[in-house]
Amino acid sequence: MRVDVEAVITSGFIISLLASSIRAGTPLLFATLGEIVTERSGILNLGLEGIMITGAFTGFAVSFLTGNPWLGIVLAGFAGMALAFVHAFFSVTLKANQSITGLMLVLLGLGITGFFGRDYIGQVATYIDPIEIPVLSSIPVVGEIVFRHDPLVYLALLLAFVIWFLLFRTRYGLEIIASGENPEAADSLGVDVDRIRYLSTMLGGFLVGIGGAYLSLAYAKLWTEGMTAGRGWICLALVIFSGWMPQRAILGAYLFGGLDVLSFKLQAVGFGVSYHLLAMVPYVVTIIFLLFSVIRKREAFGAPASLGLPYIRGKRY
Amino acid sequence: MKVKGLLLVVLAVFIAGFIAGCAQEGGEKQVTTPATTPSEKKEIKAAFVYVSPVGDAGWTYMHDQGRKFIEQKYGIKTAYTENVAEGGDDERVIREYAEQGYDVIFTTSFGFMDATITVAKDYPDTIFMHCSGYKTAKNVGTYFGRMYQARYLTGIVAGAMTKSNKIGYVAAVPIPEVIRGINAFALGVKKVNPDAKVYVVWTGTWYDPAKEKEAALSLISEGCDVIAQHQDSPAAQQAAEENGAYSIGYHSDMSKFAPKAHLTAAVWNWSVIYSYIIEEVMAGTWKSEEIWWGIDKGVVGIAPFNDAVPQEVRDMVNEEMQKYLNGEVPEQYPFVGPIYDQNGNLVKAEGEVMTDEEFLSMNFFVDNVVGEIPASE
Repeated sequence: MRVDVEAVITSGFIISLLASSIRAGTPLLFATLGEIVTERSGILNLGLEGIMITGAFTGFAVSFLTGNPWLGIVLAGFAGMALAFVHAFFSVTLKANQSITGLMLVLLGLGITGFFGRDYIGQVATYIDPIEIPVLSSIPVVGEIVFRHDPLVYLALLLAFVIWFLLFRTRYGLEIIASGENPEAADSLGVDVDRIRYLSTMLGGFLVGIGGAYLSLAYAKLWTEGMTAGRGWICLALVIFSGWMPQRAILGAYLFGGLDVLSFKLQAVGFGVSYHLLAMVPYVVTIIFLLFSVIRKREAFGAPASLGLPYIRGKRY
Repeated sequence: MKVKGLLLVVLAVFIAGFIAGCAQEGGEKQVTTPATTPSEKKEIKAAFVYVSPVGDAGWTYMHDQGRKFIEQKYGIKTAYTENVAEGGDDERVIREYAEQGYDVIFTTSFGFMDATITVAKDYPDTIFMHCSGYKTAKNVGTYFGRMYQARYLTGIVAGAMTKSNKIGYVAAVPIPEVIRGINAFALGVKKVNPDAKVYVVWTGTWYDPAKEKEAALSLISEGCDVIAQHQDSPAAQQAAEENGAYSIGYHSDMSKFAPKAHLTAAVWNWSVIYSYIIEEVMAGTWKSEEIWWGIDKGVVGIAPFNDAVPQEVRDMVNEEMQKYLNGEVPEQYPFVGPIYDQNGNLVKAEGEVMTDEEFLSMNFFVDNVVGEIPASE
């Protein structure tokens, strides 16, 4: 097979690869940010896939019915929040096994959207289109890569910094982190751990829902059953990859999105590459990072100490 | 704690029941219509087993259109089960229909082949028709359409409409059926435009709209100005629409997703085959056969042209279509020599016709295709 090295390294190739990576990474970024907030408070929500697909469907259906994609985005967030509330109820109030309720959300989300979504398959809704930011979009190279996306791309970026600020620069953030690290200590200082965990899980669900709606309203621009195609699971790995840090989630999401795109880009320029192997890369990276999270000391890695553990006041661990 | 544990169990059961309820209603909806045309003909019942949801606008959707057609035309009772996993639930679902006394059971995915054969052994009086497979029995027939003929015609449109001489093709997985479609399409391109090349990108999935779109965008950013697809969602069509490229649809007329881009599509029309089989069954003359019909019977065809397609291109396509309709060419056309592979090797000499057996194991690209067939294990 002829390897067209020149075509691969031309700037056009790199520019379109980077621009595509940002686009492909944005749904991942929303969902990863959401899960970071959730996990920072000590709640492990494995139900991202179910929440994302619910967001994708809700956003599409609302946009189709009302003609307003932004209303779709917002209501998708609330739909995600509703599912996250279910998870919080089981995890916080009932002190149930968080892994099981999370997995239950996946089945619930896929089932419900499959059932209600059948009439919307093959329909055309109103979508969110890319905008060219004046002046900035005409900067050579950078303008093409960064400043010609839809507004949600910038919202996701902005949110990463807002959440960083929320977690590390506000009192609420301190309470969230304390609830995730050491709920007994937080409780003894007057932090309402249950309330914090409820709020964090629901805020997380809101963002994950938006991530799903991004897929149906801004990226693929259609609704089909099961269209999240495993992205929820990828985001769970991305949380670990980013070390529970919102700013690192940006890098992770764009990288994982880019790996998805790279396979197509290389094939399109006639570079003989096995799509099997390239399609595997995100999963392999995920496994390596999961391994790291086990091998390395928790403190170094940054997982909340009480992640996944129910907090029962007065119970000794 | 005890009370909470109990509450948890109750809730879990409730939710599980809800999910099961959804699955029951959504997954296994049986649609029945009472017979409306009383006749002396035998009253029959037909069942369909689908691999994906009926609303997917792709493969299963087109089969379901065929089901609805025969239900209306013959007033027979039909039932279907959608979203049946290959190698999972398929045998149980097929067996259930046989047990319920359905006269003819259609299994519409390649992966249902072994389950169909297995169940057929136990129900010798039931007729089974398996789509796209190669195993038959006394009471099992097969049926499929020569989609490559329609692909060839759409290739002519693509070859005539491209300005960059680069045509993109978003393909699902490298199996002979898909490869055959790509080659037929490329031969159509070559027929009218020997300079144009067909660039193939594999997605590795039948159904991931975001990936399909990204694959199409990659091709467009490399200069492809017509995008064809062998995927189940119209995402590639939309990628073309948004970027001012043209597109060629598949399965059904996808023009509503890409009104400006969509030039035409290679489409299925299963009602032709289903009507034939039902008539044979009703008349009691059905026998096991391997149906592989083409454009002359109307099983495959092309969607209406976009206004952007000029008359001379339409004429070219119609001229080639007439060759099939008039029987001027063998059914295997355009796979008639000379055919060269990507390395310039002569695969079929001048005038030689490729056989159906060769079709079923096709594993090479013709010489104007750019891309690789991933090695199979």
